[in-house]
Amino acid sequence: MILGRVVGQAVATVKRPQFEGAKLLLVQPETPEGTPVGATLLAVDGVGAGVSERVLVVVEGRAAGEILGRKLAPVDAAIVGIVDQVDTE
Amino acid sequence: MQIGRVIGDVVATRKDPTWQGVPLLLVQPLGADRTPQGRPLIAVDSVGAGVGEHVFFVRGKEASFPFHPVEVAADAGIVGILDHWTVGE
Repeated sequence: MILGRVVGQAVATVKRPQFEGAKLLLVQPETPEGTPVGATLLAVDGVGAGVSERVLVVVEGRAAGEILGRKLAPVDAAIVGIVDQVDTE
Repeated sequence: MQIGRVIGDVVATRKDPTWQGVPLLLVQPLGADRTPQGRPLIAVDSVGAGVGEHVFFVRGKEASFPFHPVEVAADAGIVGILDHWTVGE
């Protein structure tokens, strides 16, 4: 999993049927310290996250597919948690 | 997933047999602010996207799921067409 910040929301009418009803959020990956790093992701939201919240994102197909709960979902990123706090040494 | 813009299509007459009849599109990944992010890539299309449209695409084995039971030998696939997206609250 990776840490990221929700930066926006996307709307798509035409999509694979497994995405019906799913919320699509734009996520900027971050380091544990909160520095933006890497390419922006579009992730399926499994926890009711909102813009500006810090989130935990799975970036692997099988795990992300579990969030949609549909067979053969063509998905590779899903928000699985809202982060309260990260402590680093 | 990532968001991107379809910037072209690719024609290949001699290709892997699993690709028969599968559209191949050239996609430029974008950041949330619409600036290009990384290099363009080729993606198989299962939603009827066209040049100039904004799309989202999946990477890895999941790219082949829309073509099930055919196991298309692809590592990136367009799975939705974006109407719009918003950044910030």
